[in-house]
Amino acid sequence: MRSNRLESEPGPSRLASPLALEVDGLSVDFSSHEGNKRVVDGVSYAIARGQTLGVVGESGCGKSMTALALLGLVPKQGCVTGRISVSGQGLSEIAIDEWPEIRGKRIAMVFQEPMTALNPAMRIGDQIAEVLHLHEGLSWKEARERAVEELRLVGIPSPAERANAYPHQLSGGMRQRVVIAMALACRPDVLIADEPTTALDVTIQAQILELMQRLQDEIGMAVQFISHNLAVVSEIADDVIVMYAGQIVERASADELFSNPLHPYTQGLIATLPKIENRQDELPVIPGMVPRLDGTLKGCRFAGRCVKADSECHALIPVLRSISPGHDVACHKVRP
Amino acid sequence: MTASAMTLHASPWQRRWARFRRNRTALAGLCVLIGLIMFSLAAFPLEAFLGIDANNADLLSRFDPPSATNWLGHDELGRDVLIRLMYGGQVSLAVGFAATFLGAVIGISIGLAAGYFGGRVDALLMRFTDGIIALPLLPLLIVLAAIDLTKLGFSTDFARSGAASFYRIVLIIALIDWTRIARLVRASTLSIREREFVLAARVSGAGTIRILLRSVLPNVIAPIIVACSQVLGSVILFEAVLSFLGFGIVPPTPSWGNMLNNAQELVATAPLLAIYPGLFIFTTVIAVNFIGDGLQDAFDPRAE
Repeated sequence: MRSNRLESEPGPSRLASPLALEVDGLSVDFSSHEGNKRVVDGVSYAIARGQTLGVVGESGCGKSMTALALLGLVPKQGCVTGRISVSGQGLSEIAIDEWPEIRGKRIAMVFQEPMTALNPAMRIGDQIAEVLHLHEGLSWKEARERAVEELRLVGIPSPAERANAYPHQLSGGMRQRVVIAMALACRPDVLIADEPTTALDVTIQAQILELMQRLQDEIGMAVQFISHNLAVVSEIADDVIVMYAGQIVERASADELFSNPLHPYTQGLIATLPKIENRQDELPVIPGMVPRLDGTLKGCRFAGRCVKADSECHALIPVLRSISPGHDVACHKVRP
Repeated sequence: MTASAMTLHASPWQRRWARFRRNRTALAGLCVLIGLIMFSLAAFPLEAFLGIDANNADLLSRFDPPSATNWLGHDELGRDVLIRLMYGGQVSLAVGFAATFLGAVIGISIGLAAGYFGGRVDALLMRFTDGIIALPLLPLLIVLAAIDLTKLGFSTDFARSGAASFYRIVLIIALIDWTRIARLVRASTLSIREREFVLAARVSGAGTIRILLRSVLPNVIAPIIVACSQVLGSVILFEAVLSFLGFGIVPPTPSWGNMLNNAQELVATAPLLAIYPGLFIFTTVIAVNFIGDGLQDAFDPRAE
């Protein structure tokens, strides 16, 4: 299953495609004695160079599993199907021993918890240097010098000295900057940010978002920004996909999605946001729970919680279709 | 780096050492252990200085009292007791450290593999470990110690030499004492491998070996060191037991254990010959245990 399409150097093909990331029909299945569970179901999307795609949805909707699939890190029991390509280069059929070449170099990831995403036993400078040493073929000394530069880039004050610090000696915001420096050290084509600001307080959140946008402009990478925080997504994303129970239910530009949400689930999500102008005693909630993802489910996966659902919704699976230019919805009740 | 930068970015090791230093008993234990090592190494210069040969039996001066050249007198074969205690210390301590180190290497490898890979590898390695733990130790050691090395293809000269008995006892003890460390490393590895920074290391393209050595091992090293210090005490004691039973270090090479063995028939006539090595074994084990307690506190993450 070895593919020769992998290049370690940026070749012409890398620049040929304006799309940094293309995902086509990505599915992840987990088989157990209880049957087959499809946690990501036929997800397709693309992100252009320099663009940010927001991925929203509640816990367990397949956001993070999609990200792990992009990195080839789905647990052994899982089965990944579909096509993934980075800058026009297919990743789906590469051999297991070639994955380390991709990770960190072509696709990088920023994690939710800066407290646990750094190795507590290593100086932060060494952690960044290690990535550079692995991928860029730099000597340890050169890598260490570059690491200091990377720390400067993410706005760490007195980086040469801070490079000797251990993670526990930094604040949460500083640690997240280090995690970002580590992810961007090799100038990846695609950065996956899995709730990168959730664990931070609000002022630090704003700083980190600003930093990520600045670096995105400088490096020109595509960002897949996973979050359940709609406010943050509306702030940073160009396009947004809404996921529910492993499927994309709505896709639109950020402005369009937040001003004109069409899928009942998206509408529900936006309605649950607290609003400062009209104080409510109780915030609206979406009733019910995410359905079990085994083979018994028929029709729309959201039907059980949807106020508009009728017999058609319970019987037929809605497909994602274009309602207006650039706005796709998977719902029987939404017509162009 | 300036002094302030050193304290600002003190490594975990520097902080652990600072905590260890505050523990008086542990520090005393460490001083005693270093003192014992230096005492043992002093055999070479002292032997030359006094102009005596500790292995030279002189039946005319059996049980001679202490004198200007023989500070602790002579033993039952007329050899110098002090110098033999020093050489015995070298052997006993070397066996202790070597067997602990070898056991730690085996234990760490097996524990890391079992904890990190999990599943069948884990089950296989841990059942093997359980098997080793279930073996009746003393009879097994006696059988192993009685193996005739010449039948295994070693030369007769080697098999009869002191070195052979040294390697043999190190190997035998190491083959037994790794189990504790392996279980400990496995348990710590199980919790570390689920941490996000291990995933982060994989995401940044690190291979399995690199993750094990750079991400996992440094974070499980603390309990290993504590366990090693405790194992060291029991290994020194174990060497003494084996040598006492006559299966350890073979005379005339002295070890504290076989000196104790030699002295047992003479307990009534020359009790000091038994008391000296016994006292050294006792002191070493106590010192090592104090160090172990100190390390335990120094490495306790709740003290961070």
